[in-house]
Amino acid sequence: MHSEAALREPLILGHKTYHDITNDIVGPIENKAPRGWYILTTIAGLIACYGIGCILYLFSKGIGTWGLNKTVDWAWDITNFVWWVGIGHAGTLISAVLLLFRQKWRMAINRSAEAMTIFAVIMAATFPLIHMGRLWLAYWVFPLPNQFGSLWVNFNSPLLWDVFAISTYFSVSLVFWYIGLIPDFATIRDRLTKPSWKKAYSILSFGWTGNAKAWTRFEEVSLVLAGIATPLVFSVHSVVSMDFATSVVPGWHTTIFPPYFVSGAVFSGFAMVLTLLLVMRKVMHLEAYITVKHVEYMNIVIIVTGSIVGVAYITELFVSWYSGVEYESYAFINRATGPYWWSYWAMMTCNVISPQLFWVKSWRRNLTFTFFMSLVVNTGMWFERFVIIVTSLHRDYVPSSWTMFHPSWVDVGIFIGTIGIFFTLYLLFARYFPVLALNELKSILKITGESYKAEAAKQHHH
Amino acid sequence: MRWSGDNTSYYDFIRSNWQANMAGRLGGELDFGYAWNMSVHNGVYDAYTNAPEASAFVGDVSAAATAAKAAVKTGEWEVSLYEKEGIGNGLHANNPWLQELPDPISKVTWDNYVCMAPEDMIALTGVSTFRDLYIGQESPAHVVKVSVNGVDVELPAIPSPGQAPKSVSIALGYGRGANGERVGRAAVVTDPESEVMGSVGKNVYPMTSVAGGTVQYGGVGTLSMTGATYPMALAQTHMTAMDRHSIAKETTQKDWAEHKAKAPGSYNEPHTLGVHEDVNADGTINTLDRKPTSDFNLWSDHPVEQVGHRWGMSIDLNSCTGCGACITACTSENNVPVVGKDEVRRSREMHWLRLDRYYSSDMTHAAGKEQGIGKIDRFLEMEVPSQNPKVFLMPVMCQHCNHAPCETVCPVAATTHSNEGLNQMAYNRCIGTRYCANNCPYKVRRFNWFNYVTDKFAEVNPAWDELGRMVLNPDVVVRSRGVIEKCSLCVQQIQAGKLTAKKEARPLKDGDVQTACMSACGMGAITFGDLNDKDSNVTKLAADERAYYMLDEIGVKPNINYMAKVRNTEEAAHHA
Repeated sequence: MHSEAALREPLILGHKTYHDITNDIVGPIENKAPRGWYILTTIAGLIACYGIGCILYLFSKGIGTWGLNKTVDWAWDITNFVWWVGIGHAGTLISAVLLLFRQKWRMAINRSAEAMTIFAVIMAATFPLIHMGRLWLAYWVFPLPNQFGSLWVNFNSPLLWDVFAISTYFSVSLVFWYIGLIPDFATIRDRLTKPSWKKAYSILSFGWTGNAKAWTRFEEVSLVLAGIATPLVFSVHSVVSMDFATSVVPGWHTTIFPPYFVSGAVFSGFAMVLTLLLVMRKVMHLEAYITVKHVEYMNIVIIVTGSIVGVAYITELFVSWYSGVEYESYAFINRATGPYWWSYWAMMTCNVISPQLFWVKSWRRNLTFTFFMSLVVNTGMWFERFVIIVTSLHRDYVPSSWTMFHPSWVDVGIFIGTIGIFFTLYLLFARYFPVLALNELKSILKITGESYKAEAAKQHHH
Repeated sequence: MRWSGDNTSYYDFIRSNWQANMAGRLGGELDFGYAWNMSVHNGVYDAYTNAPEASAFVGDVSAAATAAKAAVKTGEWEVSLYEKEGIGNGLHANNPWLQELPDPISKVTWDNYVCMAPEDMIALTGVSTFRDLYIGQESPAHVVKVSVNGVDVELPAIPSPGQAPKSVSIALGYGRGANGERVGRAAVVTDPESEVMGSVGKNVYPMTSVAGGTVQYGGVGTLSMTGATYPMALAQTHMTAMDRHSIAKETTQKDWAEHKAKAPGSYNEPHTLGVHEDVNADGTINTLDRKPTSDFNLWSDHPVEQVGHRWGMSIDLNSCTGCGACITACTSENNVPVVGKDEVRRSREMHWLRLDRYYSSDMTHAAGKEQGIGKIDRFLEMEVPSQNPKVFLMPVMCQHCNHAPCETVCPVAATTHSNEGLNQMAYNRCIGTRYCANNCPYKVRRFNWFNYVTDKFAEVNPAWDELGRMVLNPDVVVRSRGVIEKCSLCVQQIQAGKLTAKKEARPLKDGDVQTACMSACGMGAITFGDLNDKDSNVTKLAADERAYYMLDEIGVKPNINYMAKVRNTEEAAHHA
């Protein structure tokens, strides 16, 4: 049974009952969606369609429709990939790591954070696929038995590790998310009256009965999955960072990349969770569940991970000087003072300076400020990847090949498009899925404690 | 010829005409039949001409120079017209290979332009530093109007370090295809999507004049800014080598001789890394304990040492004149697509072999330290060429690394190491992640951004239609969209050489196999051969004390070495 000190702020505000929770979460699914949902979904859907159109244009013409060149062979594509993968880190961290550490506050945010993770990983996985010159042969990255001869994948390549890391992460996250959804789908199924909808949620809930045995298994499976997912939180972005760290490119070839990337990923993931939750809490009236305390906790995670990222930036600079390697030293001076200086300073401002503002308690408890900062952090994290990729490549070893990278409208269109697809998916999730883990939330409701006793005492007096 | 009432055949008619009128010039004492057959066979006849009379030079050079100098008044510009390496007098304007061949010095393709001293350009454009004159994808050139002999031409100007102030040079042979001249596809841009329409470059022949019976290629005129800009396609946009000695290695004769007198090979010592053991056995472990980078291996060696062939190449930077014949030879041999101005402007030229050009700069690390200039300013100054720079030219192709960074990163093993030391590319296996190109320290890998044999490239790529396809080498596959390609060291020639030797039942001899660049090089600067053959030229050159490996210190162990450039000057230059 959950117990906590009376000194702590309660996790669920207002005197909610079990029935209130069910009503609050299932209500929006049963009722007609508000007009705002239709407007937002239309806008997001249109942006998504534009992005898909850009992707189709890319397929039809070739990678040359992007702004890449002989020197900068990756730019916005891999920047977006790493950005989205990073965003997709918060969900599993919240659901798995915080579960293992018995952080009950995760229950209010884990469902939507996991959904965000799934959608972000889908967006991330799009880029390594579409950046391939010959997408139609993408299946060659899998170690499939084939009749081409003794052809096999190259296990030395970090890109191959990426394939395994991301597909594993995606599968485990998806299963974890879905397992958690099953009891909640069952609750929705039990409440709905319209036969077709009842049928749909009945299928989604896999015949959940809610007996004690099912709940025991549910909790066991959740723990096992949390155990599997926790190392993945660290492995995925470590592997992504090795795309760069194992190369010879000055500015990429850096041993601190794995921890630096993982912290950066959690940093940006929490920022994106905040962006989404702060809007959702307002629109769907979830203030009682997603409290200022939750926001504050997440902002503390942002301070910690943001500071690790800041230390990593400064370590890189120090090592570029301390190593005495002329290429390394130039790569970092060029980042800060070269033609792309603005992206470096955008990154430094957004990622190093801005999270330190959360040391002020009233600021990290201020929702408007937090929302603004969550956008700043994700802007900064996009620039971080841009800085690492483009500014390292555009001037590497041989000055004769130094050049500039200029994004084309297709680069921009696809990036904006993925944001549109992401939000479309998220809006559909918010409409048709239980946005909070409602059955889990009931386990932290204090109705069994003080309010029941108070109610009983009142009865006793009479 | 029946229509004219004559029943003789064309053949007989022409033959009798030649017999009547040309017999005397054909073949001398030989009989006409033989000479006629030879002429038909060869397609030309060898005319016997008298030796030209010897002529004596009677001009007064210094007087002419003084007169020429006096002719330029204040505010006027000396304009000289010259022929470029590729296009020549304009005869080759319809050859897309040559249009896309970057000028060895300016690195400009697909245009002629006004070469101007950087200080003149700074003054005219009003920018603050040389770096602001950068011409790149989204940084077009300024257009100037040059007027000579009453002829006005508007052309983009490029900063040309070493050009004398108040003088400009413009290449002849451009602007063909204007006014409906049927000269060939490549000379004219008709694609409405292109940023430039019309003829490639401008014709400056009207600026020539005849004086004293000789053509004057140039004159004195005026020059003004038009305010317009013009996109240009440069194959190299950076000017200097940034004092990176392990890329561009050069010295002076004096310096070289001094080092040679001290200890053989002392000029060109290999890169070393400090290690934590007592290498020099002086009892202490300190910064003097160093080992050459060749001692450090992340990977086990490929089993190619002394087993079979190990192909390698040596490029003598002393002999290279930068003519660029190797580039065109490579283009022709390996079916390298021509991609056109717009793609070159986006730094997407496909050349497997490029010619790097580095201007010397006044700023070096040594000079910067001496003058107490900080690193940031030092690097900025290094980007600026000297006022009258030395030029360093360097052909660069795939270095066929034994520990190739590209090979380890390909997820599908599309690029691998052959058992003869070649870094080879399996186009059919490539899925186009371009990771190899990013990880190539030499940046020699080229990606097929588009399908270059589609009509989008009809203007420029000769291989796009049925007839044009005749230009292709049938021994080399044409790469499609989405794959990486790069120098193969003419693997088809290696294979052909090996087969010939096999048919003749003899071992392959040194010189049996020549790469296209090697056979095209008029200076013999490029030597290809088997490094496992102790007597081959390339083995001897690799052991020469001038030989160095580009970016030796990163340990990729290339099979291609360069012979450091020794300038025949007295001044003791830094090794820039």
